[in-house]
Amino acid sequence: MTHYLLYPGCSMESSAIAYYDSLMAIRETLGLELEEIHDWNCCGATEYLGINLIPAYTLISRNLALAAQQTNGTRTVVAPCSACYLNLAKANHFMLERPILGVRVNEALAAGGLHYDPGSLQIRHLLDVIINDIGLDAVKSKVVRPLKGLRVAPYLGCMVPRPDYDHRWSNPEYPNELDRLLKALGAEVIDFPLKTHCCGGHMTQIGPATAYELIRRLVHAADQYHADLMVTLCPMCQLNVDAYQGETNKHFKTNYHMPIVFFTQLMGLAFGKDPVELGFGKEFVDTRPALAKIGVEVPPPPAGETPTPPKPKRAKKEGLPMPRMSGEEEEVSS
Amino acid sequence: MTAQQENKERIGVYVCHCGTNIAGTVDVASVRDWAAGRLKDRGVVLARDYKFMCSSLGQELIEKDIKEHGLTRVVVAACSPHLHENTFRTACARAGLNPYLCELASIREQVSWVHTDKAAATAKAKAVLSGAVERVIHNEPLEPLHVPIHEATLVVGGGIAGIQAALEIADAGFPVYLVEREPSIGGHMSQFDKTFPTLDCSACILTPKMVSAGTHPKITLMTWSEVVKVDGYVGNFTVTIKKQARYVTTELCTGCGICQEKCPKKVIDEVYEAGLGYRKAVYIPFPQAVPKFPVIDRPNCTFFQKGTCRACEKLCPTGAIDFNQKDEFVTVEVGNIILATGYDLFDARRIPQYGYGRLANVYTNLEFERLSNAAGPTNGNIVLRDGKTAPKAVGVIHCVGSRDRNYNNYCSAICCMQSLKFAHIVRERTGAQVYNFYIDMRTPAKAYDEFYQRVLEEGTLFVRGRVAEVTDAARLPGEEGKLIIQVEDTLVGKQRRIPVDMVVLSAGMEPRHDAKDVAKLFGISCSSDGWVIEKHPKLDPVATMTEGVFVVGCAQGPKDIPATVAQGAAASARVLGRIQQKEIALEPVRANINQDQCSGCRICNNLCPYNAILFHEDRMVSEVNPALCQGCGTCVAACPAGAISGTGFSDEQILSQIEGLLLLNIDGRKAEVPEAVPA
Repeated sequence: MTHYLLYPGCSMESSAIAYYDSLMAIRETLGLELEEIHDWNCCGATEYLGINLIPAYTLISRNLALAAQQTNGTRTVVAPCSACYLNLAKANHFMLERPILGVRVNEALAAGGLHYDPGSLQIRHLLDVIINDIGLDAVKSKVVRPLKGLRVAPYLGCMVPRPDYDHRWSNPEYPNELDRLLKALGAEVIDFPLKTHCCGGHMTQIGPATAYELIRRLVHAADQYHADLMVTLCPMCQLNVDAYQGETNKHFKTNYHMPIVFFTQLMGLAFGKDPVELGFGKEFVDTRPALAKIGVEVPPPPAGETPTPPKPKRAKKEGLPMPRMSGEEEEVSS
Repeated sequence: MTAQQENKERIGVYVCHCGTNIAGTVDVASVRDWAAGRLKDRGVVLARDYKFMCSSLGQELIEKDIKEHGLTRVVVAACSPHLHENTFRTACARAGLNPYLCELASIREQVSWVHTDKAAATAKAKAVLSGAVERVIHNEPLEPLHVPIHEATLVVGGGIAGIQAALEIADAGFPVYLVEREPSIGGHMSQFDKTFPTLDCSACILTPKMVSAGTHPKITLMTWSEVVKVDGYVGNFTVTIKKQARYVTTELCTGCGICQEKCPKKVIDEVYEAGLGYRKAVYIPFPQAVPKFPVIDRPNCTFFQKGTCRACEKLCPTGAIDFNQKDEFVTVEVGNIILATGYDLFDARRIPQYGYGRLANVYTNLEFERLSNAAGPTNGNIVLRDGKTAPKAVGVIHCVGSRDRNYNNYCSAICCMQSLKFAHIVRERTGAQVYNFYIDMRTPAKAYDEFYQRVLEEGTLFVRGRVAEVTDAARLPGEEGKLIIQVEDTLVGKQRRIPVDMVVLSAGMEPRHDAKDVAKLFGISCSSDGWVIEKHPKLDPVATMTEGVFVVGCAQGPKDIPATVAQGAAASARVLGRIQQKEIALEPVRANINQDQCSGCRICNNLCPYNAILFHEDRMVSEVNPALCQGCGTCVAACPAGAISGTGFSDEQILSQIEGLLLLNIDGRKAEVPEAVPA
């Protein structure tokens, strides 16, 4: 069954509208039925939990209570935004673990005539649903324009794989789900060492220098690996790396040009959708040079070349054999 | 009803203080007086307490009372029967009382050690004692069963532990079957370059032992073989061994190695070379292998897979290659079994942030052993994965997969010393800077800490802290093209980023992946970690709870070579002691089927885990073979007709003990209870 309740979250309506548009564009191809929770509200992002616990959990749980009223044959809420996903999962988890918290939150919810039984809904991230419910074979079967020749850096950020309340990810420190999905689309996926590192979050507002350094690390590493673009599943990460790349370049006197897009946008491209429908063109760091590599129709690339830094040392074909990784063989054979 | 029967026994009760172990929590004098008074009409003629009942003075006290007061039953309220049942039974036997008329009431493990409330503990001690008194009334004098012991021994696993055990027994003149899964004996030790702390060449000290084991007239070596079935009991095991087809006739093979040289199929050697080198489809794992005969690895052999090739067959000068060989099953009779099945290395891929398998120059400890071994894939040159560049800086990470609640809680015992050895070897061979990242240094054995001092003085740098990640994402100047180790230096309290060229992960030891199956095969148990449980962790470390099955080396838990060798020798001493006795007394705790009550339903036949029950087709009744029965009681509980009773665990004994525990035996309180207790 691929019917879910959708909690889009605020960024999907504004800064990450490309994420929303591309998700809407591919959902039919994937057979995903997404039913938006009526009258949902902000999840409180990362800040509110630091200020006052009960109101913060109540703010989150209002969405769960609304979703619980709306269960048309599904008890699974899907959140594409990592902060939203983490907050919903966190509230669900801690209200179950600490019953008194659930009682307090429900007292507050009662004022609005709402109630939520902790643990009664499953909170899952969009990527988890695509990998584990729809499956990579189904995804592969829909690919009409393989992303052959596109080097991508999979970047998850810190909030989706950790703390992994329900043990859904292959490894919370170094998950491989996004890598596998992008490989299924035909892209050349680099082993991105910073895939779960921090993008700086809201430090861009509080201490920009800290955020710039964190952004620089990400962009620098992706650049070192000659990635054409970074791929993320987090609106916050996308915003920071995209919108603050110019500031970061200014701050460090560098000249990085590393576009970052949502994985749903690349899925859309692989499924043969129109790039404009998928929200391409809304980003600050131009994706056109990268998309040109896979023959996606775009205007001629803008002038200005970036110097190629030296290639980092990696395993060579000759020499001693590398240890075999589990799962590698099946991918070769399929 | 049973408890109230006329009782003519004369029972002596002894309450032990066990120093303060019992007396600290239980009012021993009160228990003694209570037994002497309230249990008097249950047959208790005297009750005494003593500081240490297990001392020779305590035992003499019991012996004297048996003789002077004509005691017919003895109850000792002390520790668990596991510890001292035998002690007190033997004391009774010395005084002429059948040892099975002595009962232990555990008021230490089950009372004083688990309670803090003295009044409650004292009351519970009285109840436990009362149960034992009621039970002992129904005990019957039993005679142990004497069975002869087969003088051959089976040793499973041909690593240093198994080799040592086999040699000790064989040198004493008794036959040994040494079974090894791989094509050669030698185990992990044969893969090492040097051994800490003396830096002896591992092969130099191991090979002579391997050769002795291979040529010893009393040792039957079975490599490329596995035990598939174990029947019988101590002294008389019947073991079935599967000898995989080698496809090489060992009588004809000279071990010249031409087949291996000419074989066109190259395979990564995941076992002996730890994945760092290659072997052929027909191969002798290493030059010093014992036996020297190669095996053909069927799944990788071109002939077996495609039907053509036969290069080895054509070129073998003695015609020893035989593609028609079949797996063979051999059955042997042995008296004792020694398990020396060893360990598996923790799979470092399970900690992806350390980069093993992703980052080329992250090695495991076993890979590094091969790398530094003169007979290894690089002839002992310590180089990066490109096969030629020597590292300028090397990081050794301790406790990979050990002392980590995400993986294994235990300490793998050898990694600190092994990591120090690596540091020494790297400095000696390459002059590279070496960093060791440790949580705590553990160098407790003889000459170990001196080695640590030596490595410190050589200039190896030590950083105390668990490594967060190993990454190739350069961030700072000087990090380009390096592996960066991110770690919190907990002695200084700051984060460090240390760029190196090579990282060695000291992965810990884990039980063999099939340890649980092996344990089941031999009828022994594993802890939750998967290591074999020994009979007593301190006083009986090589025996198991199954008589006649011993465990040595890393199968029992992580340990270094000296401890492994010591255990191999210790187990063989135990086995030799047994063999010399020629026969063994089996506990007479056995199931017994009342032939008149047996309906022949055969339910017990299949339930018996020891296959000890036979069915007489002619009379349609089942019977227990007392030599095979281990007294587990499964059939007793299962028999729908109640026709089976366990000697030493009869219904009368158990029900009386329960009545005693509930104090239904005192002051006619029995009358208050409705007569619902089944017979």
